[in-house]
Amino acid sequence: MSKKQKKVLIRIIASAVLMALIELLSLEGYFRQGLYLIAYLVIGYDILKKSWKGIRNRQVFDENFLMAVATLGAILLGDYKEGVAVMLFYQIGELFQSYAVGKSRRNISELMDIRPDYANVEQDGKLERVDPDEVEIGTVIVVQPGEKIPIDGVIIEGKASLNTSALTGESLPREAKEGDEVISGCINMSGVLKIKTTREFGESTVSKILDLVENSSSKKSKSENFISKFARYYTPAVCYGALALAIAPPLVRIVMGIPAEWGDWIYRALTFLVISCPCALVISIPLSFFAGIGGASNVGVLVKGSNYLETLAQTKYVVFDKTGTLTKGVFEVAGIHHNEMEDKKLLEYAALAESFSSHPISRSLREAYGKPIDQSRVSDVEEISGNGVLAKVDGISVAAGNTKLMKRLNIPFQECHQVGTVVHMAINGAYAGHILISDVVKPTSVQAIHDLKKTGIRKTVMLTGDSDKVARQVADSLGVDQVFSELLPGDKVEKVEELLGSKGPKEKLAFVGDGINDAPVLSRADIGIAMGALGSDAAIEAADIVLMDDDPMKIVKAIRIARKCIRIVYENIYFAIGIKVICLILGALGIANMWFAIFADVGVMVIAVLNAIRALFVKRL
Amino acid sequence: MKKTYKIEVDCANCANKMEQAAKNTPGVKDATVNFMTLKMIVEFEEGQDAKLVMKDVLKNCKKVEDDCEIYL
Repeated sequence: MSKKQKKVLIRIIASAVLMALIELLSLEGYFRQGLYLIAYLVIGYDILKKSWKGIRNRQVFDENFLMAVATLGAILLGDYKEGVAVMLFYQIGELFQSYAVGKSRRNISELMDIRPDYANVEQDGKLERVDPDEVEIGTVIVVQPGEKIPIDGVIIEGKASLNTSALTGESLPREAKEGDEVISGCINMSGVLKIKTTREFGESTVSKILDLVENSSSKKSKSENFISKFARYYTPAVCYGALALAIAPPLVRIVMGIPAEWGDWIYRALTFLVISCPCALVISIPLSFFAGIGGASNVGVLVKGSNYLETLAQTKYVVFDKTGTLTKGVFEVAGIHHNEMEDKKLLEYAALAESFSSHPISRSLREAYGKPIDQSRVSDVEEISGNGVLAKVDGISVAAGNTKLMKRLNIPFQECHQVGTVVHMAINGAYAGHILISDVVKPTSVQAIHDLKKTGIRKTVMLTGDSDKVARQVADSLGVDQVFSELLPGDKVEKVEELLGSKGPKEKLAFVGDGINDAPVLSRADIGIAMGALGSDAAIEAADIVLMDDDPMKIVKAIRIARKCIRIVYENIYFAIGIKVICLILGALGIANMWFAIFADVGVMVIAVLNAIRALFVKRL
Repeated sequence: MKKTYKIEVDCANCANKMEQAAKNTPGVKDATVNFMTLKMIVEFEEGQDAKLVMKDVLKNCKKVEDDCEIYL
C-alpha cells in the first residue's frame, strides 16, 4: 500500500470505529449529531474539498461533487447515519479500486520485467558495469551465468543454455555457442559468454519489445471508447434525473391536491446521485484489456493495442503463409526409401559424398547425419552441375544426385511418390535407395489447424509461392480448407483482398506470416500476426500481433486469450450497467434506499475489478 | 510530433477527463491517456512548441482533475 492509501485506510477505520461507538452507546441528541459530523468530516473532508474545487473550475458533474451533495443532503434530512455510511463505503470502494489497480499494474509490469540494468564491459582485464545505453556497436560484453543478455549480438567465446521464457513464454532452454546470434532479454543459465554487440541498446530486441508493450493500450478498443463516451453522458443524465425526481413528483402531487412529501422525494433523488458514479465501468474495462495484454505477453504473444485484441476475438478467417509459418522453412531429410543398407549408413555416404558442396541440400544431408565429417575419407569428387556428385568414400564409389544422374549412369531407380527434393544414391554402381528432402511441416501445425476449427474459425486458407503439388500435399496433411499456390508476393495481397471482400462485415480476417516479405499482406488483413519474430524488425513493425516464437499453437492461444478478455469486458459492461439501471429504477420507486445504492455501487465495482483481473490468467487456455 | 509523458492520477474516470482536456487544448492534435500504464501520449500540431503546449495541457488537466500530475 502506498502512503496515500494507508492514510485513507486509517481514516476509514477511525470513522467506522467512531460510528460503531455512537451506535453501541446509543447516544442521543446534539451529542450524537456532533459526533456524527466529526466522523463525516474525518472520512469525507477530501471529497468536500475536491468538490469545492470542482465547482470553482466549473466541473459540476464530477463524482466528488455528487457524493458530497448526496451525503450532505442525507445529513440535512436528518439521516446522519446514512450520510456517514455512504461516504464511508464510497471511500472503501475507492481504496479497493486504487489498491487493486496498483497491484495489477505492478504484477503486470513484473511479468514484462525484461529490461537489463547494466552491461559488463571488459576494460584493461577488469569487468566494468556500464549503462547498456552507452555500449557502442562492436563492443565485447561479458554475460555471466544468471545475468540477462543486455544487447543483441554474436557470441565470440563460450557456450551456454539460454532461458528465453521472458521473451517467448517457452520454458525449454535454448543452447547457444560460439558464432550464434543471441538476442537481448534472454537469461544466461550456464557458462560465461563473450558477446560482440551488433546493435545499440535502443535498437535491441528487448528495447523494441518494451516499447511495443508499454505503448500497447494507447490504441483503444471500441469497448473502451464506448465506455468513456457512456461515462460522459451517464453522470449528467442521472443528475438531471435526480433533479427531476426531486421536483416533478411533489409538484404533481400538489396539483393533484395530495401532500407533496418533499423529504421523501428528495431522499429518492439523493439515492440517484449515489448511483451516478460510473466508476465500475470506467475502471474495469481498461483494466480487463490491460490484464489481457499483460497475460498474453507473458506467454510470448505481444499485442499492440486493445483494439487488436477485440478484432482478434472476432476473427473467423485465418490465412496462413506456408513457408516458415506452417512449415519450418528449412530443408530437412524427411525420409529414406528403398534402401537395402541401414538408413544411417546411407546417410553417411550421402553426407560424405556431398561434403564439398555448399548447396542447401548437402547442408541438410550433413545436418541429418549429425556427426563431424572427416573429409579425408572422400576422394575423386566430381560434381556434375544440375545432376549431382560422384565421389569415392573409403574407396567405394558413390553417386548421389537426381534422376538425371541415375539415367546418365544407366542405373535403374525408384521414383519417389512423395513431394520434395529426392537424392538418389548409387553405391558401387548399384541403386541403393533415395533420400527425400523436403520442407517439413511444424510438429504442432496439424494440431493448431484442428484447434482453430474447434474454437470456431470458419475457414483456414493457405497461401504459398510454392508449386501446386507441394502446396496441395501440405494442405491435405494439415487439413487446411483452401489453398492458393504459385503466388508472387503481390498476388498474396490480391488473394487476401478477395477473401476480405467475400466475408461478412462482422467477421474478421487474420493473416499469419513469418514477417519475411509479407509485410504488405500483414498490414492489409484486418489483423496481421507475425510469428517467430524474435529479431525481425520488419515483422514487429508491420504486424498488429507478434508471436515471439514460431509455434503455430500460439495463434490458437492468442485467439483464446482475446476471446476470454472480450468476454470479460462484455460481462462487466452488462453486469455494471444492468445493476445500475435496476438500482435507478428501484431508487425512483422508493424501494432501494441509500444503503442499498452504495452497496450496489461499491459491490459492482469490486466484482467488476476482480473479474477484470481474471483476464491476466491465460496460461491454461 | 508525438511525445509520451508520465502522469499521476488516481481514478480511471479522471484519466478520461484528462484525456479530453488535453485533446481540447490548442496546439494538441490528439492525445491519449493510458490509465493502466500511467502515460499520456500527446501528438502536437505542426510547428508547435511542445513545452509551451504542455504547460497549457497541464493547466487544463488541473482544472478538470485537481489531483493529477504530468511529469514534463
